[in-house]
Amino acid sequence: MADIDLSKADPNFRRELASQPGGEKIAACFTCRTCTASCPVSAVNSKFNPYRIIRMALYGLREEVLGSDFIWLCSSCYSCQERCPQGVSITEFMTLLKNTAIQAGHAPAGIKAQRDIIKGQGRIYAIDEFDNKKRNKIDLPSLPTTCEVVKFLF
Amino acid sequence: MKYALFLGCTIPARSRQYELSARKVAQELGIEFVDVEEFICCGFPVKSSEIKSAMVLGAYNIALAERQGLDLCALCSSCTSALTEVAHHLAHDTKAKEEVNESLAKAGLKYDKGVKVRHFARVIYEEVGLDELKKHITRSLEGFRVATHYGCHYLKPSEIYDGFDQVENPHTLDEMIALTGATVVDYVNKKRCCGGPLLAVEEKIALAIAKEKLDDIKTAAADAINLVCPFCSVMYDSNQKSIETAFNASYNLPVLYLTQILGLAMGLDRKELGLNMNVVKTKDLESLLESRRQKPSQE
Repeated sequence: MADIDLSKADPNFRRELASQPGGEKIAACFTCRTCTASCPVSAVNSKFNPYRIIRMALYGLREEVLGSDFIWLCSSCYSCQERCPQGVSITEFMTLLKNTAIQAGHAPAGIKAQRDIIKGQGRIYAIDEFDNKKRNKIDLPSLPTTCEVVKFLF
Repeated sequence: MKYALFLGCTIPARSRQYELSARKVAQELGIEFVDVEEFICCGFPVKSSEIKSAMVLGAYNIALAERQGLDLCALCSSCTSALTEVAHHLAHDTKAKEEVNESLAKAGLKYDKGVKVRHFARVIYEEVGLDELKKHITRSLEGFRVATHYGCHYLKPSEIYDGFDQVENPHTLDEMIALTGATVVDYVNKKRCCGGPLLAVEEKIALAIAKEKLDDIKTAAADAINLVCPFCSVMYDSNQKSIETAFNASYNLPVLYLTQILGLAMGLDRKELGLNMNVVKTKDLESLLESRRQKPSQE
C-alpha cells in the first residue's frame, strides 16, 4: 500500500460518517485488530482489512476509501462486530461505506445489477412458467411470474 | 402452529429440495405453512447499495404477514436476518416507520406493530422443542458423522435475535442433529462464513473462503455437512465442483439441509426430501447409513 497523503484528507468525512447509522462509534476504535483477526475474508486475502479501513475513514481519506475495491469485500458475516471490544458496529459501518460509495458513483457491476434487478422485478431470480412446471412436478405451488408492486414501492 | 412461509428468491428457484423437505418436515411436526403469493425479495441483497430500499422491501413483506395476522417463518438465514433487522429497527424508530409507511401506502399496505420473524430451525427448536421433536424420530441415524455449519445470519447480528443461541458457542443445530442419533463432528473454524455474499463481487475470494471450510470438514472425517441457508448451499454444494477444480482438491462431501437430515430420521424417503436434487450426489448415503447402523463407528 502507498504512503498515506494527509494533504488529501478531508476532516468532514469522519463527521459525516459518524452522524449516520453504523458510523456512530467509529471514533472509539483503538486499533486492537480483533476485527481483522476475526475476519474470514482477511484470512484468505490481505486486500481486505477492516481495521485499516476504519483508520483510513478516521483520517478522512474519502476518495481512497469510497473509490476502493476493498470495501466491497466485506461478506457481512458480523464476526468483527460481535467481537469488537469497543462496541463499534463494524459490519453496519461497512454497509454505510458501501451505500456512501454508491451515492458517490462507485460500485461493482454485480452489486448495481443486483439492486436494479430486484427494484425492477421484485426478485433476484424471476420465476417463469418453466420454473413453475418444475415446482408443480414435485407438488410445490406455483409462484407469480410478474411483480407489479415494485413500481409503487420505488 | 401456523406461520406465513417466507421463501425468498433463491429457494424457490435454486433450492427446491430445501423447500420440499421443509414443507414435509413441517407437516410431520404439525406446523401449518401459509403461502403468501405477494411476498417479494427480503431486501438483503439491496442493503449494501441502498439501505432504505432494503428496509422498504423488508417492511413490505412483514406488513403482508401482519395483514394476515401471522408470524413469519423463513427458511433462508439471510432473509431471516434482513426481516428480523427491519422488525427490530421499526419497533424502536417511529420516524423510520413513518417513512416506510409512506412507501407502503402506495402499495395499499400499512406497517403497524409488525410480526415476529424466525428461521424455521429456530421455530423447530423453540416452538416444537426437542422433546416433541424426539417423538417424531423413528429411524436412528447412528454412526452418521455430520459437521454442522451455522453460517452467519442464522445467529448474527445477535442484538436482533433476543438471545437465541450463542454466537461464539452455537448449539441449537448440534442438539437437533444429535437427537437423530447422528454424531456431531467438531471441526476447526466451525463458525466461519461460507463466503457467499462475495460471489457477486469477487468469485475467487468467495471460493477460497468456502474451500477452507471444506478442507476442515474433510479433515474431521465427516460424512456430510448440515446447513440451514441456501446461500451456504450454493457455496458448498453447487460450487463444490468449481472449488475442486480451482484448487485441485477432492471432497465429494454431501451437503444436506437440516430438514433433509431430520426428514431422514423421521423415516421420509429420499425423493420426498429432494435428496435426488442435491448437486453432490447423496445416492450412497442410504447404504452408508444402513452399514453404519449395523456397525457403529468406534467413537
